[in-house]
Amino acid sequence: MAGVWEFLHMGGYAAYVWPAYGLTALVMLALLVASVRGLRVRRRELARLEGARGGRRARREMDAEEVDTTA
Amino acid sequence: MSSETATDTHTRPAGGRRSLHRFANPGRFQRLADAVIPWTGALTVVCLAAGLVMALWLSPADYQQGESVRIMYVHVPAAWLSLFVYTTIAVASAVALVWRHPLADLAARAASPVGAAFTFLALVTGSLWGKPMWGTWWVWDARLTSVLVLFFLYLGHMAIANAFEDTGRGRRAAAILALVGFVNVPIIKFSVDWWNTLHQPASVSRVGTPAIDASMLWPLLVMALGFTLFFVTLLLVRMKSDLMGARLRNLRLMQVQRGEGG
Repeated sequence: MAGVWEFLHMGGYAAYVWPAYGLTALVMLALLVASVRGLRVRRRELARLEGARGGRRARREMDAEEVDTTA
Repeated sequence: MSSETATDTHTRPAGGRRSLHRFANPGRFQRLADAVIPWTGALTVVCLAAGLVMALWLSPADYQQGESVRIMYVHVPAAWLSLFVYTTIAVASAVALVWRHPLADLAARAASPVGAAFTFLALVTGSLWGKPMWGTWWVWDARLTSVLVLFFLYLGHMAIANAFEDTGRGRRAAAILALVGFVNVPIIKFSVDWWNTLHQPASVSRVGTPAIDASMLWPLLVMALGFTLFFVTLLLVRMKSDLMGARLRNLRLMQVQRGEGG
């Protein structure tokens, strides 16, 4: 138990070390969650729209078409 | 593969250009990304888990800085990544401007928020390290100031790239900003050598023997690898997502046009 306390105490630098690690974890996690959520939302929406047009044809078009990222 | 014949029947410039544009095929990129993401994702988890154990438990306290030296294992990788991501954006922007490779534009845009986040982390963790070691949260030292400029470059790039999302006009402006802003990267790198600053010079990249003990170098390198893999994974996920976004916009546009035409 004393070992745990000593570890958390970080030789008196707990107030600096833990916020640094905590904030890093938080920011990286937030990036990951936002990116994956965005991907899922778009994938679902795309499946819905392409399903309405006939998925097979749409998929073949996606392979063939030069993507127009400027559109 | 049906996609290959389909691509070939489309009008494509002949020669070297075609090979460069090979990955501009969104279907091919998606397949490549789908194949790579599970591996880089798994490796990211392994590296960050191992890196954390090494950084927080296995590595020793510093003889001068005590346990506060452990901040280094998140601060330095975040700072390295802030430069690495910016370099990636600058290269992608050059490719986008010169060869008009559509995925290069996409990569630059997808990387920008990630780079901004790493720069933010480098600044804040540096501040948290500076307070106990230098006695101040912030000084207008050359290194700190040039990294702050990098942070604003990222914000500017994000703002311009997203300001004209549907026209593509902002893409060119954002790419030019990224290239012009690249002068800041060597300034950051050498700021600790060119100016007499409070920030210490590099310990790892010193030619020959690094001025850092192996017991601290290894956790640092493992963490840096974890951060880099995290960036690669995230970049692929975000590019996939942006490609789907572009396709969604095309589909909606087609729907609208069909609705008006019929």
